[in-house]
Order: sequence, then structure tokens, then C-alpha cells
Amino acid sequence: MPTAAAATLEPMTPVPFRVLGMRKELPDTYTLDLAPADGDGPLHFAPGQFNMLYHFGVGEIPISISGDPAATDRLTHTIRSVGAVSRGMGTLKAGDMVGVRGPFGSAWPVDEARGRDVVIVCGGIGLAPLRPAIYHILANRPSYGRLVILYGARSPRDILFRRELERWGGRLDTYVDATVDRATGEWSGNVGVVTNLIRHSGFDPVDTIAMVCGPETMMQYTVEALRDRGLDNTRIYLSMERNMKCAVGFCGRCQFGGAFVCRDGPVFRFDRIAPIFRVWEF
Amino acid sequence: MSGRGKTVIGRDGLADLVAILAEDGYRVIGPQVADGAVVYEPLDSADDLPAGVVDDHDGGHYRLRREADGAVFAHVVGPQSWKRYLYPPVQALWRAERHGKGFRVIEEPADDGRDAFIGVRPCDIRAMAVHDRVFDRGDVVDGGYARRRRDAFVVAVNCTRAGGTCFCVSMGTGPAAGEGFDLALTELVGDNGHEFLVEAGSAAGGGVLDRLGGRDATAEDEAAAEAAVGQAAASMGRHMAADAPAVLMANLESPHWDGVAARCLACGNCTMVCPTCFCTTVEDATDLGGQVAERRRRWDSCFAADHSYIHGGSVRRETSARYRQWITHKLATWHEQFGTSGCVGCGRCITWCPVGIDITEEVRTLGGADKGD
Ligand SMILES: Cc1cc2nc3c(=O)[nH]c(=O)nc-3n(C[C@H](O)[C@H](O)[C@H](O)COP(=O)(O)OP(=O)(O)OC[C@H]3O[C@@H](n4cnc5c(N)ncnc54)[C@H](O)[C@@H]3O)c2cc1C
Ligand code: SF4
Ligand code: SF4
Repeated sequence: MPTAAAATLEPMTPVPFRVLGMRKELPDTYTLDLAPADGDGPLHFAPGQFNMLYHFGVGEIPISISGDPAATDRLTHTIRSVGAVSRGMGTLKAGDMVGVRGPFGSAWPVDEARGRDVVIVCGGIGLAPLRPAIYHILANRPSYGRLVILYGARSPRDILFRRELERWGGRLDTYVDATVDRATGEWSGNVGVVTNLIRHSGFDPVDTIAMVCGPETMMQYTVEALRDRGLDNTRIYLSMERNMKCAVGFCGRCQFGGAFVCRDGPVFRFDRIAPIFRVWEF
Repeated sequence: MSGRGKTVIGRDGLADLVAILAEDGYRVIGPQVADGAVVYEPLDSADDLPAGVVDDHDGGHYRLRREADGAVFAHVVGPQSWKRYLYPPVQALWRAERHGKGFRVIEEPADDGRDAFIGVRPCDIRAMAVHDRVFDRGDVVDGGYARRRRDAFVVAVNCTRAGGTCFCVSMGTGPAAGEGFDLALTELVGDNGHEFLVEAGSAAGGGVLDRLGGRDATAEDEAAAEAAVGQAAASMGRHMAADAPAVLMANLESPHWDGVAARCLACGNCTMVCPTCFCTTVEDATDLGGQVAERRRRWDSCFAADHSYIHGGSVRRETSARYRQWITHKLATWHEQFGTSGCVGCGRCITWCPVGIDITEEVRTLGGADKGD
């Protein structure tokens, strides 16, 4: 965290941040840009990490950082309104305040992926935690092989960061494909699950890193499809979601077998969780 | 450490001990009887200690009775554990006050009282060491816990009687305290009358021991103490299978979990009484005007539906999945997380389970072989 005082705070105490901007992305999804209320100092994070965001009097929730890791003057979070806190934060305006703790957790393997093909598979809001990795790869484009971005949304009007996806897809060095569960109106693209897109995308299975984020069932099918394409468990990374109240390993709620999702995750190399990934309700 | 070796004090030495600790500014907390159970509460004097009280434990069963010998520490463990003082059931974390368009966060002033715990059993001392690994990890420290723990004065009592649900021997945690105390007592009730063998385990303990009267322990005293503790070990009726972690992790999909779920009420008692369970939730509240918001942390249980709630529903909907989570965490995944078992063999979860589910028996049944005791 930015301020010197933060270092002496209890790990459960949030630091006040100002809302710089609020953007509506989709009917139920918005993006907040935040900057420290006092002090400035650069805000560093690794793609895939998250913060705990506190909405005054309502509660605190884990939200991934969705912005550019090179932009150290702000924290960007993209949030889908599903309940008390995420809906409440949707009413914030520039100048309002939220509490921030973080950044927490493990990161996408953007260094390990250097020199290799990268395939990104995500569903719904799952694109938000992956966007910092995409920014990082695009900013260092010559260091990577093929970049494949596969995205699934419920319907055409639920496609997150649509303009950016189109822009990335327009680049010669990036392959973007999207699909929807239900087509409407003018949609002429793919219909069906995101795993269908894997077959058609060209990447070198022996030298690819896959980064996957979405609902758990989607991730299960994606892992299977990637393995069918010849990817090894050690080359597949996914971001897990569990209830969490503290993000520092105190509250016990995010346990996933021997892992705490907040500290050992949320990004896991698949071979490390493969033995428990399919165990029912574990 | 004390310049003195092991020391023997009389029954009235306990009163001196309580008085010395109170004089040194400690809130002295020890076992006493309330509502038919031994609880850990502040002591006015050593007279509050449960002299002559013995506790009978079995699965889902607990009863106090009296013995004529007047032994003060013949009971074993009560339904509470010391975590209620080191990591209290409800903790205020901070307040936020509205300030213009924003708010200010005000950390709760640190409480600075010091507690002396009298009568801490070896299993419970181990439980404190387990919590140290959870809350005082070096990279992240819960300041309140670390401070209370550092300032606490621990008077251990080695067990001279095995409780009906204890299995510390098989967990390597008792019935004698090896370390982690300031003073350790072993109660001796016999031909010499009623005495306590006292040993210092820290400089602070040595300082207190120097101020206690008493006489130097003889070889006979030490032999008597060893025999009494050995007797407790030998009469322990339950044990945990040594291969529990492997048995659990190899049977995550066993139909046995449905069998436990048919009995388990998902009441969460086992997690509340367990000295190492540490799950919490947080609560947010505002004053009527919405100007001041408060955040509190409260003990929670992995048996509660919202413990694993993520948008769309709980990860662990079934009681079978919740029981499996609890027992695999205690006995298996805790090792991965903290390099130690999360179970210290105190037996509380067995005694205070309303239907008498026995953690040692569940592991045995799951392992398939009835190895017996
Ligand atoms: C590491 C991580 C990163 C996340 N990143 C994002 C993101 O970038 N954008 C986004 O929109 N959502 C993200 N989520 C999900 C987000 O945290 C939940 O949608 C949010 O907690 C819902 O809270 P609520 O109070 O609005 O909803 P309610 O349904 O009222 O939830 C009640 C409480 O349950 C818990 N809870 C509910 N759903 C979740 C969940 N999915 N994960 C963890 N705890 C939950 C929270 O403690 C919450 O306060 C992330 C979750 C995790 C674990
Ligand atoms: S799991 Fe049961 S026996 Fe083990 S420490 Fe907890 S309460 Fe005691
Ligand atoms: S095991 Fe016993 S104490 Fe624990 S939740 Fe089930 S019924 Fe309650």
C-alpha cells in the first residue's frame, strides 16, 4: 500500500482511496478507478492479484485488479453487481471513498510465459482479472509467441470490454475469438461454450501457457479441452474463487484443500490442485 | 530461569501464586465451576479453583462429580478453551467515521491488559503454539493476538488423570507439558498430603517461582509426579490413528461421508469448543445516522451454510462436505498449511458433540480397518 502509515496498520485495516472515475461497462458491471486519499506513491501490483474493497458500512469484498500494471497512479477494478457490497459500490461517484487492502495473492505467470505462446480462456467477469496480463503481454509483445484470447459471455450484450476485444482482435499479432450462450439480434458470431473455441485457435501445444478464469464448471471443461489439445497440467493456470473475509489467511474461509486461495492463490498452476479440483464440494 | 530447581509447594502455595500474579498486574484466570461445567474465568482467589471436582467425559456426555481428596486439577478440560482470551469470540477491528465525502478509519485502541492463565493443560499449550503459526506468521501478524499471547503468563498443569475423551498421547501433545509455559505444576495428592511440584519454563516463571515459598523437590517427589503423569498416559482410552492424514486424503470421495452426515447436525459445536479452530466472519454495522461504521470479527464455523458462500450458492452445500472439510483440515491439510496437526487430542469435540461423533472413530472407520484400541 502506498502510504508510509499503512505499514504500521493492522492487516485488517483498510486504507482510504478516492474514486477517480466510475464507468458503466454493462448493465450490471462497472469499473472504478481509485487513487489513495492521502499520499501518492506508486501503486504496484502483479497481474492476477486482487484487493479487498470496503464500502462504508456495508462490507468488504475481494475484487481483482483489472487495470494496466504499468499505470501506477491508480487502481482499476471491474465489478459485477451481484449482492449488497457489489451493488452498493455501483452507486459511487467520482470523489467518493472506498477502503482498500492489498494487493493480495498470486499472479498470472507472465514471466514464465515469455518466449511461449499464450492462450487466455475466460468467461463473463473472468476477463477482468486477466486484462492486466493481456496489457502486460501487449506492452512486451516481442517477448511472447502467439497470443490467443478466447472469451465467452452469456449474450452479446454481456460481452465485457467489447471495444478492447475488438481492438486486440484487429492486431495482426493477436487472435481473439468470442462466443455467447444465447445469440440475440445482430450477433453473427459463435454460439456455444467457450471450450468450442479452443479447437479452432492455433497455438503450439508443447510450448504454450494457458491462463483460465471463469465459473468453476467452465474452468473444468476448459482444462479438459486444453489437455485434449496436448497441454500439460503444469502449463495451465487458473484463478479460483472462494469466500474470503480477510485475505491474509486468518478467517479460514477460502481454504481449498491445503491451500488458502487468498495467499496461495487465487492463481494456481493446475497440477498443484488437480488432485482436489474435481472432488465434489471440496 | 529460576536459580531454583524443581520446587514443591503446599496447597496454600496456590493462593500465594494467585496473589503474586495479581500483584504483578495480571488478570488471573483459572478453572472454576459454573452451571455444571468447568469454565475458565477470572479468579478472585485460589478458593475459586474447583477443588475436589472431577469431570466424566464420553461422546456427547459430560458430568461433574466430587471426590473427597480435594484435588484442584483432577478435572481435565472444560467446554471453553483459552482461545477465548487470546482470540476472543468477538473482536472490534476498527471504526470508520464519515468525513466530508469520504470517511476516516480509526483503529480500535489496543487493549493492554495482561492475563495469567492458571491450569493450562499440555494439549491446550500445544493449541496455543498452533495458533501462533496461524496468527503470527512473520509476514502477516494479527497484532492483538500477538500482543496478548506475548504478555500472557502461562501456568501449565500436567495431567495426572486421563479424561474420558482425551487422546493426547497419540497426538504427542500430553499428558506432560514439555515447553511453552512459564510455570508447570504437577499435583501430588498422597501420603505427604496435598502438594504441587513446580517447574519454571521461562525467566518470568523463574522470577515468580523465586517468590513462592516451598521446598526443593526430592527425587521421591519427582518420581511421584512422573508416576502420576505416567498413570494418566497409561489409562488413556482413545487414540488417533497415526496414518490419519493419508487415510483422509485417500478417501475424499468415500461414501462414508454420507454416513457421518446422517448423524451430524451441522451444529458447529465441535468447532466452537476446539482450541485450534480459528475461522471467523466479519460484521459491519452503522449507527442510526449512518455516520459511524464499525467492523467486528466473530468466531464462525465451517459447518455454517454461508461459510463457503460465493455468489450463486455455497461451495459446501451438504453436511457431508462440511464434516469432511472440518476433519480433513484438522488432521490432514493443516500439516500443509502450518507444518503441524490442527488437532491436539483434547477430546472436546467428542464430549460436546450432541450426538457423540468421535473424531478418532471416524478416522478408523474411514480407514476401513477396525484396529480397536
Ligand atoms: C480472488 C477473487 C477475485 C474476485 N474478483 C472479482 C472481480 O474482479 N470482479 C467481480 O465482480 N467479482 C470478483 N470476485 C467476486 C466478488 O468477490 C463477489 O462477487 C462479491 O464478494 C460479492 O459480494 P456481495 O456482497 O456483493 O454479494 P453477496 O451475494 O451479498 O455476498 C455476501 C458475501 O458473500 C461473500 N461472497 C459472495 N460471493 C463471493 C465470491 N464470488 N467470492 C468471494 N466471496 C464471495 C462475500 O463475503 C460477500 O460479502 C472475486 C472473488 C475472489 C475470491
Ligand atoms: S479436533 Fe477435537 S480433539 Fe482435536 S483439538 Fe479440536 S476439539 Fe480437541
Ligand atoms: S460433528 Fe457433532 S458437534 Fe460437530 S457439527 Fe456435527 S453434530 Fe455438531
